Amino acid sequence: MSKNSWILYIGILVFGLVAPFIFPAFKVQLSILCVLIVLATTWNIQGGEMGYNTFGNILFYGLGMYLCASVQVGMFFPLAEWTESGGEKTFVHTPSQFFQGMAAGLLVAAVVPTIVAGLIGYAILGLRGHYFAICTLGLGVAAGEISGGIEIIGAGQGFTTPPFPNIGGLEARGEFFYFLSFGALVLTFIAVRAIYTTRFRLILNAIRDNEDKAEAMGIETMKYKITGWMISAFFCGLAGGIMGGLVGYIDSTDVAFDGREMGVFMVLMAILGGKGTLWGPIIGATLFHFFKEGFWTFFLGWQYVALGVLIVVIVIYFPEGLMGWLREKYPERFGEVVDEADRKAQVELK
Amino acid sequence: MDFLVFQYPMITIQACLDGLLLGILFALIAYGMALQWGVMNIINIAQGDLVILGGYIAYFMYLYGIHPAWGVIVSPIIMYFVGIAIYKLVINKVVDRDLFISILATFGISILFMQLMNFAFGADVVLANSGYGTTMLFDNNVVLPNSKIFSAFISIVFAICLVVYMKRSKLGRAIRATAQNARAAKILGVDTEKVYAATFGINAALCGVAGALISITFTIHPYMGLPYTIRSFMIVIVAGLGNLPGVAMSGMGLGIFEEFADYILGTEFRIGSVFLLLVLILVYRRFKLSRKREYLK
Repeated sequence: MSKNSWILYIGILVFGLVAPFIFPAFKVQLSILCVLIVLATTWNIQGGEMGYNTFGNILFYGLGMYLCASVQVGMFFPLAEWTESGGEKTFVHTPSQFFQGMAAGLLVAAVVPTIVAGLIGYAILGLRGHYFAICTLGLGVAAGEISGGIEIIGAGQGFTTPPFPNIGGLEARGEFFYFLSFGALVLTFIAVRAIYTTRFRLILNAIRDNEDKAEAMGIETMKYKITGWMISAFFCGLAGGIMGGLVGYIDSTDVAFDGREMGVFMVLMAILGGKGTLWGPIIGATLFHFFKEGFWTFFLGWQYVALGVLIVVIVIYFPEGLMGWLREKYPERFGEVVDEADRKAQVELK
Repeated sequence: MDFLVFQYPMITIQACLDGLLLGILFALIAYGMALQWGVMNIINIAQGDLVILGGYIAYFMYLYGIHPAWGVIVSPIIMYFVGIAIYKLVINKVVDRDLFISILATFGISILFMQLMNFAFGADVVLANSGYGTTMLFDNNVVLPNSKIFSAFISIVFAICLVVYMKRSKLGRAIRATAQNARAAKILGVDTEKVYAATFGINAALCGVAGALISITFTIHPYMGLPYTIRSFMIVIVAGLGNLPGVAMSGMGLGIFEEFADYILGTEFRIGSVFLLLVLILVYRRFKLSRKREYLK
C-alpha cells in the first residue's frame, strides 16, 4: 500500500469514529448506510467478481435477522411466548442479558447462513446465468413466504426484537448500533480487501470470464464458487442481525426477506458504483443511500415509482457504473498503460 | 396438516379439476413467456404485472357496469399497445445485451407497474363478478364455478388462434424465422425490429387475456404479479421453448400441484411452495445436465 492510501484509510476510519458525534441526528441513517455498504460489497464478491448475479443474498440477510433476534430472546426467555405477546412485553432483558444475547445472536447470525450457503451451494451454484438469477430470486421469495407461516417466529404478525436496555436512552442506542454496524463495515472491508489481493480473486475473475476454460485449466471451480458464496453469506447474515436490532421489528416479507427492496438495492448499489471493483460498491451504496433518502422524503408515496425508473435508467444507460465510467475516461489512474496513438485513433473513429 | 385429501376422493377430484382449469390459464401466460424468450432471448420479470394490469382493465369495465367477460376482448387490445410502448421505451435497448440486464430492467418495470397500479386501483384484493353461477358434479360433492370453465375455454380458444396465426400469417412466419436465426432473417428482408415489437405486443396481449380471465375467476391485487412470472418461467423451463403441448401439460401439472399444496400444506404456504418448486426443478435440471456433461468427459 502506498502512503496516500494509508492516509485515506486512516482518514475514513477517523471520520467513521467521530461521525455520530458530529451528526448526532443522522446516527440511524449512518448505521443503515454502513449496513448497505456491507451488503453491496458482499454482493459484489458474487455478482461482480464471480459473475454469478444473485438475487438470493437476501436469504442470508433475512436468515441472519431472524436468527440473531431468536437467539437473543431464546437464550433467556421462552421464544414462543415472546412472539405471542407481540408488542406488550412481559419479559425485560437486563443490560448484560441484552449485550450477551446480541453477541451470541450475531455470532449465530453470521455462522449459520454461512453453513446454509455451503450446504445449498453445490446444488444452486451449478446453475448458470439467468437460471441462477431466477433460482436465487425464487429462494429469497420462498424463504419470505415460508417464514411468514411459521408460528414460533411470529408468522404474519411479525417479531419484535428485544428493546435496547434502559441505559442512556435513545442516544446510547443510536451510538451502540452505529458502532456495531461500523465495526461490521470495517471488518468486511478488511476481509474483502485481503481477499482481493490473493489468488482467490483471480480465480473468481476467471470463473466470471469463462468458467469452462477455468475448469479446463485445472481449477476446481465449484469449490471456489461455494467459498465465495459462503463469504458473502457470512457478512450478509451479520448485516441482517445488526439491521434486525436497529429496526426493532421483523416482518417476514417487508423487513427480513424483502426481495423487492433490499434484495434489489444490493444489486443496484453494486451496479451503480461499478461491479468488480473494491471501491465501486462503497461509492455506489453511499450515492444510492443519498438518492433514496431524498426520494423517500420528497416523493413520499412515489418512491417505488422513482425506484423502478431508477433501476431501468441505471441498468440501460449506466451498466458499467461509476467506476467503469471513470476507468474508461482516465485509464491511467487505474494502472492501465494506454498507447497514445491508439487512443487518438479511437477518438477519431468516434 | 390435513390429510383429508387422501381420505375423501371427492376432494381429490375437486382439486384435480380446479388445478386443470387453473393450469390452462397458467399455460396461456407461459406461452407468451416462451414466445418472447424464444424470439428475443429476454426473460420478462414484469410478465405477471402485465397479467395483473390486464385484470384491472376487466375489473374497471366491471366497475362501470360492463360485463367483465368483454374484458377478454378489450384488455388484449389495450395491452398490445402497452406492450409496444414498453418495448419502444425499454426492451429494445436490452435485446442484444446480457440476459441479466434484461432481468434487472424488467424487474424495474415490474416495481414501477406494481406501484402505479397500487396508486390507480388501491391496495385491495378485488374481483370482477361475472355472475355465471356454479356447476355441481358428482351428487353436489364437487363444485365448479362456471367462470373457471369459461376462462379455460377462452384460453384454449386464444391459444389455438395464436398457433394458427403463427403458422399461417406472414408476421407469424417472420416471428418464427427470427426466433430461429435473427441475423439470417434480417438478411432475407425481415424487419426484425418490427418483429420484436410485435412479439412483445402479442405477449402483452396474451397477458391481458389471461389477466381478464383471472380477474373474473380469482382475485387480483397490485402486488400479486411476481408469482405469475415465476409460474410461467417454471412452465417454460419444464416444457422447453417451442414445445406447445409441453407448455399446456406442464401448466396443468403446475395447477394441480398448487391445488394439492393448498389442501395439504395450507393456503399460507401456497405461494411459498410454488417458489420452492421452482428451486427444486432448477436444481433437478442442473443435476440432470451435469450428468450429461460428465458423460461427455
